[in-house]
Amino acid sequence: MADNEKLIKKSDVILLVVVLTMALFAVVYIMSAKEKGTKLRISVDGEVMEEFYLSEDREHQITTDKGGNLVVIEDGEVDVIEADCPDKVCVNHVPVDEVGETIICLPHKLVLEIVE
Amino acid sequence: MSDNSKNKQTKRTNRDIALTGVFIALAMILSYLESLVPVGFAVPGIKLGLANLVTIVALYKLGLKDTIIISLGRILLSGVLFGNMMVIIYSLAGAGLSILVMVLVKKTKIFSAMGVSICGAISHNLGQIIVAVITLENMNIMYYMIVLAIAGAVAGTIIGVLSGMIIKNIRI
Repeated sequence: MADNEKLIKKSDVILLVVVLTMALFAVVYIMSAKEKGTKLRISVDGEVMEEFYLSEDREHQITTDKGGNLVVIEDGEVDVIEADCPDKVCVNHVPVDEVGETIICLPHKLVLEIVE
Repeated sequence: MSDNSKNKQTKRTNRDIALTGVFIALAMILSYLESLVPVGFAVPGIKLGLANLVTIVALYKLGLKDTIIISLGRILLSGVLFGNMMVIIYSLAGAGLSILVMVLVKKTKIFSAMGVSICGAISHNLGQIIVAVITLENMNIMYYMIVLAIAGAVAGTIIGVLSGMIIKNIRI
């Protein structure tokens, strides 16, 4: 570093402010998005298959040519309790109940999303 | 003529080896000192990263090759002495991404050591988060990156300004 170079440049401060502002917005966004959902949308390969209201408890078996997943709606929460996919990411996923939260089963191209 | 330049080359290398050793020792001592002062309020994984002082000074004063050797040396030695395989993998991911980003950012000449350090700190955290996402197979850990980005920006600022002072005032 040349001796005449400043210890802190204007660009450094701008960088710091931008990073902190972005992080702050991200925090605010995530906090505000935390809203209990009422409806579950089930999509396979990008196509909406079914929608269920979370107010009613139910068990729903999804079977496609790629395999099956057993979805449970209980106390307003959605969870996958059984699946014959190899990785079991969807089964291990915690139950979801907030708008925007998803449980995804990549091998079956299945997306469970709380929509509203 | 060729003999002279060869001699000069050898001299530089010896000096570099000695300097590299000193830098590795310094980095290990700083890591150790830092581990003695736990950041009480903090979330797991958040620390000042005193060892990064050494990395940044090395990057400015010794060049990329020596910086990589110093980081590798520190990580492997502290990993074997005080950590385990997982610690080494996390450290390597963090340090690797961080050095790569810092070299690129430094090349742009937009920022001083402070900006370079902030980018380095954040990418260090990002590297470790990526390892966590891969090993735990859970994308939601990415959310934690927001906290780590803030921590990285703050720690990077402190370390960056300190590094800047050191870079300005020492001759190697």
